[in-house]
Amino acid sequence: MSEIKKEWPLWEVFIRSKQGLSHKHVGSLRAADAKMAIENARDVYTRRSEGISIWVVESVNVHASNPTEQGPMFEPSDDKVYRHPTFYEVPEGVGHM
Amino acid sequence: MFNFVAMQVENDVKQMEEQFQAKIDADIRIEPRDWMPEKYRKTLIRQMSQHAHSEVVGMLPEANWITRAPSLRRKVALLAKVQDEAGHGLYLYSACETLGADREETIDDLHSGKAKYSSIFNYPTITWADIGAIGWLVDGAAIVNQVALQKTSYGPYARAMVKICKEESFHQRQGYEIITVLANGTPAQKAMAQDALNRWWWPSLMMFGPTDADSPNTQQSMAWRIKRHTNDELRQMFIDATVKQAEVAGLTIPDKDLKWNEERGHYDFGEIDWEEFYNVIKGNGPCNKQRIEARRKAKEEGMWVREAAMAYAEKQKSKVKAA
Amino acid sequence: MNKELYEYVLRMGDDSLILGQRLGEWCGHGPILEEDIALTNVALDILGQARILMDYAGKLTNKKEDEVAFLREEWDYKNVLLVEQPNGDFAKTILRQFFFDAFRLPFFKELQNSKDETLSGLALKAVKETTYHLQHSSNWVIRLGDGTDESHQRLKTALEELWMFTGELFYADEVDTKLVNEGIAVDLNKIKPIWDAKVSEVFAQAKLQIPEESWMQKGGRKGKHTEHLGFLLSEMQYMQRAYPGCEW
Repeated sequence: MSEIKKEWPLWEVFIRSKQGLSHKHVGSLRAADAKMAIENARDVYTRRSEGISIWVVESVNVHASNPTEQGPMFEPSDDKVYRHPTFYEVPEGVGHM
Repeated sequence: MFNFVAMQVENDVKQMEEQFQAKIDADIRIEPRDWMPEKYRKTLIRQMSQHAHSEVVGMLPEANWITRAPSLRRKVALLAKVQDEAGHGLYLYSACETLGADREETIDDLHSGKAKYSSIFNYPTITWADIGAIGWLVDGAAIVNQVALQKTSYGPYARAMVKICKEESFHQRQGYEIITVLANGTPAQKAMAQDALNRWWWPSLMMFGPTDADSPNTQQSMAWRIKRHTNDELRQMFIDATVKQAEVAGLTIPDKDLKWNEERGHYDFGEIDWEEFYNVIKGNGPCNKQRIEARRKAKEEGMWVREAAMAYAEKQKSKVKAA
Repeated sequence: MNKELYEYVLRMGDDSLILGQRLGEWCGHGPILEEDIALTNVALDILGQARILMDYAGKLTNKKEDEVAFLREEWDYKNVLLVEQPNGDFAKTILRQFFFDAFRLPFFKELQNSKDETLSGLALKAVKETTYHLQHSSNWVIRLGDGTDESHQRLKTALEELWMFTGELFYADEVDTKLVNEGIAVDLNKIKPIWDAKVSEVFAQAKLQIPEESWMQKGGRKGKHTEHLGFLLSEMQYMQRAYPGCEW
């Protein structure tokens, strides 16, 4: 058993707070496997009815963009306002879109 | 040539530091993978892990009374509250992990005595009224600090604080309700409440840390917006808010120098026993050893459980692969 | 007053109350933060059930919830012996929980059809809670059973200690007979095969043997307890006994 890693892997937790909303990153936790990660996420992150659906991803599987390339990566889209939801008017009461 | 490269690197770092500070000054949050000065990273890890440890060690004095809570309503409220502290510890360890501070190592630092936690939790909970006093005073003091930290410069820390503040809102009320019920109860109950206030008042004031004059790191932490107010400012806010609450409850704050200062617009208060403060931090509080021992025991006795779950997970993985 | 109903409510209520008290002991001492939080969630659900039942028992006898919960003598507590057994290590706690959850889930499912509205209402809520509890405890029994040699051994030891207390879950007497006939209580004969099947299923995955037919302890339903209950009660009742008649 000595080859077994001691610490449980880290998982990123995403929660959908209600139908119609996308899953949102809420934090991380430790769990031995995916099933446990979902259970733990339920117990840790939805104690006050914060969610109806949970995603978990092992943190090592999250690939991120490099913040030092923030300029070339993201600034070219700054002037394309028509791509942004705020460019369009949505009547009140429609909710998140 | 070599010197030139070294100089170039130094210039680059200086430039990055300036950009970093400019971001902070503009109240732009720093996110995990952003460049940050090494000292900022270290200070943050230290502060967040201390905070996390405080939540988790802080469970112990209160958990102490779960089995003895005087009514079922109080029992479930206390249980939920102590559980919240575990959750808050977890959110904060999770924020530490965004900076690569592995939880297990962070916790080992607590157990070895290398890392600190709030010294308030080294005081004992002797009576039921202490549960009220902790909620009212200790959580009250913590909230003053945490509300300010919702605007801290590091994104994951700030977000954790927002969540924590939202959840903590019932904690102080829970404590204050316990205290006021006692204060309006039988003479024995009232005496219990006053006794708890007498014991917890000064340690609560110490929670804000040394005076500004004796707090050498404050200036840098303020510049980095890891801290948003000085220790003395936060302490004063807490005192000003609490005096009235004690009056309403009909309890006496154990400080004969406490009085309203019209000119300052604040309450003046007596001298804090800093010798006691530094001794409790050093490990000489009544419960330091007991608290760390309880946490270490939980970790050691949980070791085989964590190993079993890991072993099972590995077996399942290899089964899937084989299939 | 319906004497049998009161008795029946106490039996259910005390199972929840005493187990909730035991689980509360874990808070702050769990094997890892995540599980500490998970166990407390279970405790909170179970204590919530206890409160509904204590309140109901109180209504039947003109008493308050806390009077019923805290101010009875030891022989008036009617929980099964299983739930008062000390927590022991995590294996023992989780196995005790599994045995109880595997009983409670089919029990509450049946109780949803009770003609007593308080009980059917409680059952409706409790089925959801208990479904999760059983999933959680089953998963852990399997992990520990099929984890390391040490965890397997610890689970086996727990099984040896707890098995003799499982028979009492299905103890039924004249209280049950009368209330089953009235459409209020659950016929425990229906629950036993479901419990057996669940235990077989989980034990197979956990690589555990079901012990052979053996002597089963009973007595809790009649107020005859193990030595452990007295200590539990002296802690739980301490404040109410020391300061009688106070508001908290």
